[in-house]
Amino acid sequence: MSRNVLSVLVDNHAGVLARVSSLFGRRGFNIDSLSVSATNDPALSRITIVVSGDETELEQIIKQTAKLVETRAVFRVEQSSGVLRELLLVKVGADEQTRPALREISVIYKAKIIDLSPGSMVFELTGEPEKIDAFLEMLAGYPILELCRTGVTALQRGAPEYRLKERLLP
Amino acid sequence: MNGSQLLMELLLEQGVERIFGYPGGAVLNIYDALYQYSDRIQHVITAHEQGACHAADGYARLTGKTGVVLATSGPGSTNLVTGIATAYMDSSPLVAITGNVGTGLIGRDSFQEVYIAGITMPITKHNFVVRHVDELAGIIRAAFRIAAEGRPGPVLVDIPKDVSAQEAGSRRQEAGGVTQGFPLIPDSSPLQEAGSRRQEAGGVTQGSPLIPDSSPLQEAGSRRQEAGGATQGSPLIPDSFSLLEASAALINGAKRPVIYFGGGVNLAGAGELLRELCRKAQIPAVHTLMAAGVLGYEEECNLGLIGMHGNVAANRAVYEADVLLIAGARLSDRVALNPAKFAPHAKRIQIDVDPAEINKNVTVHCALPGDVKEIFAALLPRIEERGHPEWSAKIATWKAREYQPQDDDSVLKPHQVMRTISEIAGEEAIYVTDVGQHQLWAAQYVRHLRPRSFITSGGLGTMGFGYGAAIGASFSAGARPVVHITGDGSFHMNLNEACTAVSYGAPVVTVIFNNTVLGMVRQWQTAFYQKRYSATDPQRKTDFVKLAAGFGLPAFRCANLAEFRGTFAKALSIAHGAVPGPVWVECPIDKDERVLPMIPAGGSLEDMIMD
Repeated sequence: MSRNVLSVLVDNHAGVLARVSSLFGRRGFNIDSLSVSATNDPALSRITIVVSGDETELEQIIKQTAKLVETRAVFRVEQSSGVLRELLLVKVGADEQTRPALREISVIYKAKIIDLSPGSMVFELTGEPEKIDAFLEMLAGYPILELCRTGVTALQRGAPEYRLKERLLP
Repeated sequence: MNGSQLLMELLLEQGVERIFGYPGGAVLNIYDALYQYSDRIQHVITAHEQGACHAADGYARLTGKTGVVLATSGPGSTNLVTGIATAYMDSSPLVAITGNVGTGLIGRDSFQEVYIAGITMPITKHNFVVRHVDELAGIIRAAFRIAAEGRPGPVLVDIPKDVSAQEAGSRRQEAGGVTQGFPLIPDSSPLQEAGSRRQEAGGVTQGSPLIPDSSPLQEAGSRRQEAGGATQGSPLIPDSFSLLEASAALINGAKRPVIYFGGGVNLAGAGELLRELCRKAQIPAVHTLMAAGVLGYEEECNLGLIGMHGNVAANRAVYEADVLLIAGARLSDRVALNPAKFAPHAKRIQIDVDPAEINKNVTVHCALPGDVKEIFAALLPRIEERGHPEWSAKIATWKAREYQPQDDDSVLKPHQVMRTISEIAGEEAIYVTDVGQHQLWAAQYVRHLRPRSFITSGGLGTMGFGYGAAIGASFSAGARPVVHITGDGSFHMNLNEACTAVSYGAPVVTVIFNNTVLGMVRQWQTAFYQKRYSATDPQRKTDFVKLAAGFGLPAFRCANLAEFRGTFAKALSIAHGAVPGPVWVECPIDKDERVLPMIPAGGSLEDMIMD
């Protein structure tokens, strides 16, 4: 089992996300995170999916996703040849005693403090998922009040290496 | 021209001459257009939308052309669901058109509103909701293309009621008269049209900057994947040439080769090439339920059905093979009962038009994605003419130990009835089955079969499939007899379609294997649940002969084989007589009859039950 990042370019149609997630649900593929975004081509959206599975499962996931009519390209973004980023917002309960220590952690991780309230503070951190995991580990001793992560978004380094399949739909 | 008339023109353009369906509120506009086009498009009304869907499917399976079914919104569309899923699982090309409530009422839980596009998402290749009449042409053309292309399957098009009434071309004017060039019934290329429309809309060209120029990806397999499994071009992309050579080398070097083929060979029309391949290198072949009839029952190379109820020789040959060529088959749990023990000694080569089938259930050593007919044609010249005397001898010994049911002419034995049916109906007959014991007996014992002429719900296993499918097929069968083989359980599900067969004089002879129980489930209860017959003996008192009279069709009951022989021949001649129409023949059989041999689910050869 390993974590894999798939980049899926799809026609920018209503319902395409439902189709992709319905497929994952139906086939029993596990999604760790999923994010949808616009691209430089208004006709296309990019769905970045983090899935766990071995090579055989991953082959199935790629092939089944590729079969959807609205899927124009599916490719794997390797950690080595791609850039992966995720955004974290985390609200930590903090008083005057704990604030300096929290601030020190945030400085080391280059996290931003974007809200300070009498009983809490909110950090923003962008980075590779591992970095975010590590940051959260450092916060483990403090009361986490709320947390959200965007899920991974990713690009391959260098020139794009995929080809779009023919557009079938009006 | 309104949306409904445009739909008729588009159906004609796609070569549709007949559709199956059932009217209702949301499709009133479409039915009004059908009235106007009744000289060019025949509409067949069934008793139930499910029957219409199976009929369109049966038509498609027999002819290879895309079947069309039409239903209204809400319950009309949900009644199609089983039929669509049946077509999906067996890769049958189908376009289902549903009406929906008007666009202004969508999302308000309006009367007879249901989100059929959402419901059918996992059981269609693709589906559409037409939001405006100007999308209709592009969508219908895309629907027919998707249904038939590559691995065939069902596509659903949902048309809200106001869209089917809209005047075509109206949006253009509303939007401020963007150019005149949007033909109502444009010429044959929906995709260009779609592209050009997008350009107008957003100024985005097809040659998007995202498309890098051809950077061929290293692995053959991955290339296909990333191209989206597209099989558009030649299936023999350069990299697969080496795979083709490798496959041929494996086959040429094999001592114990076997070909295992499925419905894909039927769909691709690759039966003749398969036969050549088998003969050239003396390779025995085994088939799935979906591929019955591709090779003749008596052909030397045909070891018959494989899997749960397959032949001893077929299952054993696959188990002991050193090279297995898998063609158009998906190694389902009814064949690869235990994937870890499936052809465990073999180098496995898999041909499939759907690249996702390769390595899905059982991993293979050599993948040949693409059209099975083209790949067979490319493989043939690379295969050496040779024999495998030792292997053939071994297979002959297994054949001699094949399961042999006992004859008994004084009653009706399923295997004898099946043999008699095929003897009398002849080589040109089309067999359509329901699901259960009778289905497997038919697959095991109906001897004379043509390709595309054993129509059965193999993947979904839909009880109640048979009658609708047989009626649908009968419209395109010409003089060929259509025999619907069913059991009393399956028949009870959808026998309401008798009224359809009567209305249209469909010459379908239905043979009902009546054991008064749900035989297949009961057989499992006997074998694995210590005869706890839960809900399989419903104590029905249905008199099929009287029931037939109520529907207005002739029916007969037989008590032994001699009676059956005469009655079945008479039924065929009545069905195709001066006034053609349906006939039923009821065959009471013992409720303890079983389908044998049997390998339990998840089991392997050692677990085979022979008596």
